[in-house]
Amino acid sequence: MPHPYIPLTDDDRRTMLATIGALSTDALFAEIPAEHRDPPLDLPPALSEVEVMRELRELSARNRPAGALPSFLGAGAYQHFIPAVVDHIIRRGEFLTAYTPYQPEISQGTLQTAFEFQSLVCELTGMDVANAGMYDGASALAEACLMACSVTGRDRIVLLDSVHPHTQDVVRTYAAGRDHEVLVMPSDQVAALTPADACLAVQQPNFFGYLEDLSRLGATAHDADALFVVSVDPVSLGMFRPPADFGADIAVGDGQPIGVPLSFGGPYVGLFACRERFVRHMPGRIVGRTHDIDGRTGYVLTLQTREQHIRRERATSNICTSTQLVGLAFTVALCTLGKQGLRRMAELCYHNAHYAAERIAALPGYDLPLDGVFFQEFVVRCPVAPAEVNRHLLERGIIGGYDVSDRIERGLLLCFSELHTRAEIDALVDEMGTIA
Amino acid sequence: MTGDFGATLSFDLSRPGRVGCTLPPLEVPEAALPPAELLRDGLRLPELSQLDVVRYFTRLSQRNYSIDTGFYPLGSCSMKYNPKINEDAARLPGLAQLHPLQPPETVQGMLALLFDLQRLLAEITGMDDVSLTPAAGAHGELAGILIARAYHHVNGSAHRKRVLVPDSAHGTNPATAAMAGFEVVSAPSDADGNLDLAALERALDENGDGVAALMLTLPSTLGLFEPRIARIAELVHGHGALLYGDGANMNAMLGRVKPGDLGFDVFHLNLHKTFSTPHGGGGPGSGPIAVKEHLVPYLPTPHVRRDEGNGRYVFATPEHSIGRLGLFHGNAGVLVRAYAYIRSLGGDGLRAMSEAAVLNANYVQTRLRGAYRLPYDRSCMHECVFSGSRQKAKGVRTLDIAKRLIDYGFHPPTIYFPLIVDEALMIEPTESESKETLDAFCDAMLAIAKEADESPDLAREAPHGTPVRRLDEATAARKPVLRWRRKGAS
Repeated sequence: MPHPYIPLTDDDRRTMLATIGALSTDALFAEIPAEHRDPPLDLPPALSEVEVMRELRELSARNRPAGALPSFLGAGAYQHFIPAVVDHIIRRGEFLTAYTPYQPEISQGTLQTAFEFQSLVCELTGMDVANAGMYDGASALAEACLMACSVTGRDRIVLLDSVHPHTQDVVRTYAAGRDHEVLVMPSDQVAALTPADACLAVQQPNFFGYLEDLSRLGATAHDADALFVVSVDPVSLGMFRPPADFGADIAVGDGQPIGVPLSFGGPYVGLFACRERFVRHMPGRIVGRTHDIDGRTGYVLTLQTREQHIRRERATSNICTSTQLVGLAFTVALCTLGKQGLRRMAELCYHNAHYAAERIAALPGYDLPLDGVFFQEFVVRCPVAPAEVNRHLLERGIIGGYDVSDRIERGLLLCFSELHTRAEIDALVDEMGTIA
Repeated sequence: MTGDFGATLSFDLSRPGRVGCTLPPLEVPEAALPPAELLRDGLRLPELSQLDVVRYFTRLSQRNYSIDTGFYPLGSCSMKYNPKINEDAARLPGLAQLHPLQPPETVQGMLALLFDLQRLLAEITGMDDVSLTPAAGAHGELAGILIARAYHHVNGSAHRKRVLVPDSAHGTNPATAAMAGFEVVSAPSDADGNLDLAALERALDENGDGVAALMLTLPSTLGLFEPRIARIAELVHGHGALLYGDGANMNAMLGRVKPGDLGFDVFHLNLHKTFSTPHGGGGPGSGPIAVKEHLVPYLPTPHVRRDEGNGRYVFATPEHSIGRLGLFHGNAGVLVRAYAYIRSLGGDGLRAMSEAAVLNANYVQTRLRGAYRLPYDRSCMHECVFSGSRQKAKGVRTLDIAKRLIDYGFHPPTIYFPLIVDEALMIEPTESESKETLDAFCDAMLAIAKEADESPDLAREAPHGTPVRRLDEATAARKPVLRWRRKGAS
């Protein structure tokens, strides 16, 4: 049966087999041990395009997407406005269906956009250099911690307990291989590090939405000659001072909030930037600017002696294919938002969150257990179990917050953005008010 | 394309006061801003009109070669057609707009899809279960080798600190083993391009019970099936080690042989190769790992399970899980595309796909063997590996051949890999290409071989008509310029 993805005709096959001098295509598989060759393959039959789309629409319809309901879930994945431009650009086949730019003469589109990405990450974070992207924010932080161990020659990674719990887990997974110790501690207990500590890693705003005191934490890290690693939310950098201002040695983050759909958790893009003097320790692809033999400006993959395909077991990381196209979405979105748009987006999140916080705190039975400055998320202590609040909200067509009662008694983490209308926020508060 | 397009970046196009989009109005009272010392001033981002953005990135896209525009025979990359329907499927609102932390009862359709994909990939590989969380092939390798590590720790063999890696392996294999804390021991290939069995046995004996695993790519990076795979598995297992399979080249084997039948304990797949999800210029990918029963308890978290009682799908953490690999559950958007692809082809289609991929590679190998040296003269699988050594003797290196192919309108093959072939040219046509395209490519390769004899400068000075010509990579690495800076700024 002909298939649209396989163009060879029977005639082609006959001609080609004759050229090869093989009797049949089966003969080409003769080196596979006979007892294991051509096993039964119990898969459903091929579907037509119409049927495939029908099946996927059915699966899609069995979900209630956060994008279609008022949703106040954040906790590491954020729904923001994505300019229409973004998807139109990343769907272009020239970007979508290219491989890693190993042949720079015919890959300038990918290379130059990666250079744009690096430049934007540097501007946002205030750091000197950035790479072309990691899998996501969590693996970026994990790799940053491994890099700190390699830079300092030390073995212990210190994480604040206010780092996203999933990210803490990822750091543990990555640290296990080389037997690095991971120490998790609350911010107020980080008075001094020891000479065994490679880095202090923090998240800004933290998992609960609040700002950490980066000045103090950075100084603590540097007093022990450890690296200061800061994971950031890129939208927050539209209004808050960047990690470089507080002495960050490595700044990482997830680029998802800028231009990338929720997509059930991936693909996202990890941001990774550092001080210039550590550039040769960085994991991942790096694009550099250079000239061709006629003097024209062009871009190439560079500093490749850090990477696995050259350095093999001595590479800074094993990372190869990463998330170039998602980095492109981030780049196009940030260029479209621009200087004014990102600032405005951040401020709208801030104001909507603070409006909601004030109203919720005034509800009987609710309060805000944490002090300090928050950006777009904050924790509410509920009068009943947060799971119960969420259940009630869902029954009324609202996706509530993230249940953090394992960390903060009856704590519910709520997130607000520029996409929420006042009516949606009021409806949330009113519904919460009916539970007490 | 005129002028020096690459010299002007978005920041250079920027003009103060321009905007590219509008945002919704503020509907709530303004809150007091935080103390000024926390706020930033003077964030520098481009200020562009919307058309500026569209035109700039569209013109950039036109400076790329891609599958949609031409033949892309990069070896070990399986640059096949990326079906358009998969793009539409992944953008269905009920899939693309799901928050990863939504209550499970609101995402049953997505979890059902992921569960089915786990089962489909388990059936295709002949393994017992699958984890979809690794974000790329190397991420899958890391998961697989961390599983081997955890398995040895739980089973009292934590002293196994070495991983054997063939000299033909992709660089991610040794890099992964090192990242997982293992010492890498190289295993040589023999004259036929197979793993040297005697040397393997020696390495296993010499390292006593210190070997944790052998990482084997099948078919190998030479595009060859390892005919003694059963014996290799027996040797590895006989020494108490695990057999790790790198499935970057799975495109050769669908429906023809199952890695699980060959003795692999853990095997990773690259959905952005074999299963048609677009490579995007360097990702996103997806690198699921398939394991045998004894390794299921070590799979990364979260893993999708079905509650047999009520038929509902849930996320679960396996008993000895190596932990979490990424912020959430893997690249769901990529997984949806791969699912759509498997459903579009079905079992017979996948088998036909591998058959066509192997036939195409053998056809190219046959047509080019007269002009280029074929270091391992055997039937190949999905790709064939030539050496440019004859041309090198005439002053035309493999790099030059690659650049000259660009003049003929083709993307070059993978070059200088595998490392064990001098001046390697690794050609993977995939099943997506017609005989006409293969013939045009082979004609170009033959013409280039002829040019190497008659006018070698043509290749040495190639490419000629590209947006930029050969770039100064040495200076790029020696004096790195890695970001935009305002003209005149240091």
